[in-house]
Amino acid sequence: MTPAQRGGRYDAVVIGGGHNGLVCAAYLAKAGRKVLVLERRHVLGGAAVTEELHPGFQFSVCSYVVSLFRPSIIRDLELAKHGMEIIPLETAFAPRIDDRGLCRWSDPGRTRHEISRFSARDAEIYPEFSLSMTKMAQLVRNIIDSPAPDPTSWNPAELFRLLRLGKELQRGGAESVGMNLKLLTMSAVDFLDRWFESDVLKAVMSVSGIIGTFLGVRSPGTAYVLLHHYMGEIDGAFRSWGYSKGGTGGISLACARAAESFGAEIRTGAGVERVRIKNGRATGIVLANGDEIEAKTVISSCDPRLTFFGLVGRDHLDGDFVEQIERYKLRGSSGKVNLAVDRLPRFHGREGTDFLRGDIAIAPSIDYLERAYDQAKYGEFSERPYLNVVIPSIMDPSVAPPGQHVISMFVQYAPYDIKEGPENWPSKRQAFGDTVVDTLAEYCPGLKESILYRQVLTPWDLEQEFGLSEGNIFQGELSLEQLLFQRPAAGWARYRTPIKNLWICGSGTHPGGGLMGAPGQLAALSMLGSRMT
Amino acid sequence: MPIPSPFHSRTSKLCTSLRWKDWAGYHAVCSYRTCHEPEYFAFRHAAGLIDVTPLFKYEVYGPDAAALLAQITVRDITKLGVGRVTYLCWCDDDGKVVDDGTVSRLEEDYFRVTAAEPSLSWFERMARGYQVTIEDSTQRWGALALQGPNSRDILKQVSDADMDGLGFFRVVRAQLDGVEVFISRTGYTGDLGYEIWVDTSAGSTGSADSGTTAERVYDALTEAGRNFGLLPAGLDAMDVTRIEAGFIMNGVDYFSAHHCLTEMRKSSPYELGLGWTVKLDRGPFVGQTALAREKRAGSARLFVGLDVAWTDLEQVFAGYGLPPEISSAAWRDGRPVYDRDGRWIGQATSGAWSPTLKKNLALAQLEASFATPGESVEIELTAEYRRHRVTATVIKPPFFNPPRKRA
Repeated sequence: MTPAQRGGRYDAVVIGGGHNGLVCAAYLAKAGRKVLVLERRHVLGGAAVTEELHPGFQFSVCSYVVSLFRPSIIRDLELAKHGMEIIPLETAFAPRIDDRGLCRWSDPGRTRHEISRFSARDAEIYPEFSLSMTKMAQLVRNIIDSPAPDPTSWNPAELFRLLRLGKELQRGGAESVGMNLKLLTMSAVDFLDRWFESDVLKAVMSVSGIIGTFLGVRSPGTAYVLLHHYMGEIDGAFRSWGYSKGGTGGISLACARAAESFGAEIRTGAGVERVRIKNGRATGIVLANGDEIEAKTVISSCDPRLTFFGLVGRDHLDGDFVEQIERYKLRGSSGKVNLAVDRLPRFHGREGTDFLRGDIAIAPSIDYLERAYDQAKYGEFSERPYLNVVIPSIMDPSVAPPGQHVISMFVQYAPYDIKEGPENWPSKRQAFGDTVVDTLAEYCPGLKESILYRQVLTPWDLEQEFGLSEGNIFQGELSLEQLLFQRPAAGWARYRTPIKNLWICGSGTHPGGGLMGAPGQLAALSMLGSRMT
Repeated sequence: MPIPSPFHSRTSKLCTSLRWKDWAGYHAVCSYRTCHEPEYFAFRHAAGLIDVTPLFKYEVYGPDAAALLAQITVRDITKLGVGRVTYLCWCDDDGKVVDDGTVSRLEEDYFRVTAAEPSLSWFERMARGYQVTIEDSTQRWGALALQGPNSRDILKQVSDADMDGLGFFRVVRAQLDGVEVFISRTGYTGDLGYEIWVDTSAGSTGSADSGTTAERVYDALTEAGRNFGLLPAGLDAMDVTRIEAGFIMNGVDYFSAHHCLTEMRKSSPYELGLGWTVKLDRGPFVGQTALAREKRAGSARLFVGLDVAWTDLEQVFAGYGLPPEISSAAWRDGRPVYDRDGRWIGQATSGAWSPTLKKNLALAQLEASFATPGESVEIELTAEYRRHRVTATVIKPPFFNPPRKRA
């Protein structure tokens, strides 16, 4: 018997069946709350979704690698039992047109040999750099595992949390504090220049600093984003970049099964029109079909703009808050191209598949990346974009017929705001897709002949189909001014909103985007901690 | 000096890490690359192929074969159907475990026993007066374990066996690329998986360059596995999977009663979590009286799984400014286990970080009163060269038990 049949209203209705919404719902249900999840699309997962778009080929349509998914969530919700399977990436390959490129391996010795082809000095420094980044990633990891501290509060608990954060910053000594400050303000390239000399190595490392932002590798602030991504690369028990077996949707489905095992109810094809608000309090939601559902608490996993301007409405919010949300930067800058191919792509000077058991970065030089950004600044998609390519079917043959493969490409830059206006993206979609395929084909001759099916997603599609405002994959840039206690707005980083009984739990909240489940988890724990009724 | 297995010509080419060890007198691969983790993930997500030739194997045949095995092991083998395999242990007169392994009934009067240790003289001593022949077939049978969710699909490509009809713990005679083999749905990973037994004395059936029977089988499986994510896998990867599966290992989690200087070191099946294999209520068998007594009186120690609290572990390391340092390889140096007051209550004998469950797991023997699932105990942890105790929760193994294992 579902809670609805048992009668009475829901304790919580979660808007959006993406991974964060589902994680949040599972934690609430586990704590005994009566929970309903509403997903507008016909499938669960939001941007963490698998769809069979071509017979026999499972596409991880949007999000394609699992980064930083919190191990504590896997334990708390017993996600392994509910079918969560993550296959870690083993390599990071940067091909070049005219030589065998640079491949970094999980074997440090092998990586050193590869890097020394470009610079013996860099090869030596590389592990030192990793150690230094590990130190900082340790600090950041502590931050992402707890709600953001509130610097404006005199509550002793908050002061303690701030002190602890300060102490952690200091723990590594002056050198580490200095490094943190550098990281927070520098560009990825400037930061890497302090360590390395090889352009090939720096280029491929710098791209972590721009993913999901509308910034270039030489833009200030990108060094921090680099660190944010680096956390997923800490070795050993924390190795957490990986494929979800069967496609990224598997993560969402495991979360959904866990939520259901605790008694949560989940509906697909149930788009929410708006949050019902009475006297400044959320009292439930209104579905697109006009049905109303009552709930003591409403939780939105949508991004801040969609939540406050789409589901709540400006008239329910005061001017300051509206302005903060208006200033919140979404600025989608990327697209996705997914291919079904009948054979493996071949790269110059490399045999076998060993070097393809991870991601492939088309980022041959720093200038290449900066040029790609230049075009985006003036409202065009890059003629030669940065590509992050994965072929998950090599390690997970279940996503394609035997011998055939799925190629998933993250493409940057594809600015939402093209000069013709974002609504004109559909007329440029195929040209964009051609550009991406042409780019990869320069490195893999014969690629075009192997394509059986192509899916092209522009930022406009990400917004229209997946509800990601301006097509931002992180529900808001991971730039420093909108992280921690400023995500999504100063004073509202603890999952509450100015509307009483309305909470938010998506990637637009602390600690931000990426497939980590932390916003959903922390939002639920905050709600339970506040003795949400 | 260890000897090469019949698959050595193939495995030695693939083992670029040169990481080998001695397993029961054979060269055995620890991991094919410097890091065993991809092989672990192949076992769990695709398929891994591991050479398990060093297992000791015995052919037992003759009119009294079933009666003998029923007499010397804890199971009533006379009830085992043809084409079935069973897991069991055998004990000495005091009901202490000598070894554990599998018994396959290949024909009405023909069985194959696998063991971790040489057992011929023990079996023969027990066989006096029985009409049986026991052959040590260890060298004759090359054995490969093909384990993982894609293992069935791979075998379907190369064997004529009805793979969908081959149930959990069944064995069948089949052709694999023209070579006669036995395929059993067994393994040591706790996943969907098979073991393939190839007679190396049969000689090559094909042309000279297609190699020996063992090589042909290896090549056929490797080729068929190409599209199914198959990786050659070594003992390090298997060690992690067997702990997730809650499988004990002779010489690690217990010691054969034949090798123990003290009574304390010996273990009964009940103390090893193998009580379910013991069938007391039947004709006499070795160890029956002692086992019946222990069953009535209760065992002093019991076998459990431990889930070592991650937050505790993190805190200990954080005290030194370190992230948790735990090996990705399984450990098998025993560690003491205490009650909440610090009194010694038993030992954890092996353990591993489970990349699938994100848990730090251990197998342990504890005083019976602490063996209830949910019980909170403490386990020793060494951090920065200093000893600490962290919380561990008792759980009943297996830790990981996917439905596909039996499906």
